[in-house]
Amino acid sequence: MVSLPHYLVLSAILFSMGVIGVLTRKNILIIFMCIELMLNSVNLTFIAFARHLGNIEGQIFVFFVMAVAAAEVAVGLAIIVILFRFKSTVNVDSMNLMKW
Amino acid sequence: MEAILFWIFAVTAIVSALVVILAKNPITSALGLIVTFFVLAGYYVLLSAQFLAAVQVIVYAGAIMVLFLFVIMLLNLQRLPEMFPQSRTGLLLGVVVGGILFLLALKALTGISAAGSPSQVDVDMGSSANLGTRLFTTYFLPFEIASVLLLSAIIGAVVLIRRPPDADQSPDA
Repeated sequence: MVSLPHYLVLSAILFSMGVIGVLTRKNILIIFMCIELMLNSVNLTFIAFARHLGNIEGQIFVFFVMAVAAAEVAVGLAIIVILFRFKSTVNVDSMNLMKW
Repeated sequence: MEAILFWIFAVTAIVSALVVILAKNPITSALGLIVTFFVLAGYYVLLSAQFLAAVQVIVYAGAIMVLFLFVIMLLNLQRLPEMFPQSRTGLLLGVVVGGILFLLALKALTGISAAGSPSQVDVDMGSSANLGTRLFTTYFLPFEIASVLLLSAIIGAVVLIRRPPDADQSPDA
């Protein structure tokens, strides 16, 4: 019998895998993809709660999370393209202008 | 039936998420992420969120990942020599922090007593009619603000990408 904690544990696994990806990888595009992975794991949490509490609000919030994620990806990829124009690399270690 | 599907989807999701964070080639990561999105759409159907499953496939796998793949292809990343080699302590610290976060999340989430039993929830909860009714009555203001947000994202992306006009333009005769 699959119940709420199963979905929450799976969502926690996906979220922490996204965190490990953001902290470990050096390619800015892969870091961005791991951020999307984290957003999706949170979506799964919301929808699991929406079903197990009988409340539609969880799904409404996921709707808005998807809208915000789409806008964020558009602007974020524009920023990455501009960074590539200046630096000719996507390695985050070379984006150190603010390093003291 | 739900249990079999849950475990099949769970193994597929974890394996494809591992591909996302471990692959050397960003295209391989993108394909792993697309598989994760499809598996999550399957989960949403299992959890009575049919409309969101369709939106997930259309928006995430169909628009966002296509945008990612276009940018990866346009940047045309060559196999450049590694200027900054991956430090082993950095890798270890990243994995340790992720592990600690996972343990914290586990402690927080499994302490929840599974409240309402899902058998009382009807399968029409996530239908587009139900979701649309709530979106256009109770949550109308966030809906309109989301449309303004998308407009500002479009304008922002276009303004960012636009190259500044060249300084040495020959004047019209």
